[in-house]
Amino acid sequence: MHKTVPIVVLAGIALLPTTSRGPGRVAPSVAGTVSGSVTYTGTPPKMKPIDMSKEPSCASQHATPVMTENAVTGAGSTLANVVIYVSAGEQGAAATAAVRYDQKGCQYLPHVAVVEVNQPLEIYNDDQTSHNIHPLATTNAEWNKSQPPGAPPIHTSYGKPEFIPVKCNVHPWMHGYFAVLSTAHHAVSGADGKFTLAGLAPGKYTLTAWHEKFGTQTAEVTITGNETATANFVFKATPY
Amino acid sequence: MGKLLAALIAVITIVSTAIFVRHTWWMPPDISVHGAGIDHQLGETMLSAGLLFVVSQLVLAFFIWRFADRGDARPIKTFPGGVTPMVVGALVLVGAEVLALTFVGTKVWAGIYQAPPNPNALHIDVQAEQFAFYFRYAGVDGKFGGTHPNLIDDGNGNFFGLDPANDTSARDDIVAASLVIPANQPILLTMHAKDVGHAFYVPELRIQQDFVPGLDIPLQFTATKTGKYEIVCTQLCGLGHYNMRAYLEVKAPDDFAQWLKDQAAQQ
Repeated sequence: MHKTVPIVVLAGIALLPTTSRGPGRVAPSVAGTVSGSVTYTGTPPKMKPIDMSKEPSCASQHATPVMTENAVTGAGSTLANVVIYVSAGEQGAAATAAVRYDQKGCQYLPHVAVVEVNQPLEIYNDDQTSHNIHPLATTNAEWNKSQPPGAPPIHTSYGKPEFIPVKCNVHPWMHGYFAVLSTAHHAVSGADGKFTLAGLAPGKYTLTAWHEKFGTQTAEVTITGNETATANFVFKATPY
Repeated sequence: MGKLLAALIAVITIVSTAIFVRHTWWMPPDISVHGAGIDHQLGETMLSAGLLFVVSQLVLAFFIWRFADRGDARPIKTFPGGVTPMVVGALVLVGAEVLALTFVGTKVWAGIYQAPPNPNALHIDVQAEQFAFYFRYAGVDGKFGGTHPNLIDDGNGNFFGLDPANDTSARDDIVAASLVIPANQPILLTMHAKDVGHAFYVPELRIQQDFVPGLDIPLQFTATKTGKYEIVCTQLCGLGHYNMRAYLEVKAPDDFAQWLKDQAAQQ
C-alpha cells in the first residue's frame, strides 16, 4: 500500500491545469513594469453612510460613519478598488505567502482582496462581536463560517479563478470581494486610481481591469525589456 | 415534614406575591397613547390570576398542615364523588377565567390591531431580515418606490429591492437602520420579512407584532415621549437572533423634520 501513495500524488499533480506559471521565471534584469491609472466618465452612484448602531462595539470604532464601498472614487474622477491583472501572457511565479483578510469595525479590510489560485487565505475576526463570513462562490465551493470574538483565523484557499462577493450573515451591510486569480501579476487601484504591475518578462500581455459595479476593461501591452509601459483604463459609470 | 412543607409553600406564596405587588421586575414606563389600556388590562390579569394564585396556594398549605399523614394508618379519604367532578370543576373554573380575561381584553387588543388606519398617520415601510431591521420613508414625493426582491442587494445598501434606475419614485426613498419618528403623531408601519419570521417588540411602546414572510402586516401606534428605545426581535430567527435589534428614536416634530432632511441629502 505504501508504494502506491506517491503514484496517486503524481497522478494528481499531472491532472492539475498546466499554465506557463513557474518559480523563478523572471530574472530582475529583464523585467518590465506596467503602470497607469483608472478613471471613470459619467456619474457614479452616491456612497451612503452605514448605520452600525445595532452593533455598538463596531460603531464606536468609527469617528465618522463608514460609507458604502461599491464605487469608491477620488479627486479627478479616479476609481479605487479596481483589480488589474494579466489575463493573457506570462503568468509569473505562484505566491505562497498567505493573504490576510480582516473583519474589523464590522467592515471587510481590504474591500477587495486578491488571492491567487491555491494561495493560502487567512480570515481574522478583530471585533468584539461574532461574524459569519459567507463568500458567495459559484465556481468554487460555497461555505459560511461563524467566528466569535477571539476565535482563531479561518484558513482557506480557492482552486479556481473567480470574483467572489463576500457578505456577513450577521451584519447585512458588510460587503467585500475575493478576487481569485490564476496569475501572479495583479494590482488593486488606490483612491488615486493608480496601479503598478512590476516584474513582467518581455512579451505580449493582455491586461484586464475589473470593477465590481462597472464591469471589465482590457488593454494590450508589449514589454520588450526593462521599460515602464503605460496602461490607462476608463470605466463608464452609471448612477444606479 | 408535612408542616414544614406547608410553611414553605406559604413563604413562597408571600414572597412571590410581594415581588409582584412591589413591581420589582416590571415593564418600563409606557410611552404610547394606547399603552394605558394595555397596562390596565395587564393589571387586571395580574390581579385576577394573582388572587387565585394566593388563595389556591394558601389553601394547599392549609390542607397540608391540617391533613398531613400522621402515621396512624387511618384510611385516605377521597374528594366527595371521586376525581372526575374535581377535574371537571377545575377545568370549568380555569376556562371561565381565561374566557373572561379574553372578553375583557378583546376591546383593548382590537383598539390597537384592528383599528382602521389613521388618515394622518406617517407611513413607514419596515424590512426585517437576518439579523437587522431597516426602515423606509417615502421621501419628498410622498410615494414609495416599488420593491423587487430580486434586486435586494444588502452590500450596496439596497435592503428593500428598489429599482431607482427605472422607478423615479424610488430615487428619493429614505432608508435608515433606526426607526426615527415624531412624538404625538400616529405612525403606520407596513412590515415585511425578507427571509424568515421575525418580530417587532418595543416594551416601552407596549406593542409586539410578528413579521411573516410573504405578508404585508400593518401596525399602528403613537409615541408620546421623546427618547431612544430598543427594538428587539422576539421570534427566534437564527444564529444572530440575539443580536437582532435596532433603535426607536422619538423626536420632537421639528427635530424629526430636520433628521428627515439630513437623511434625504444622503440618499
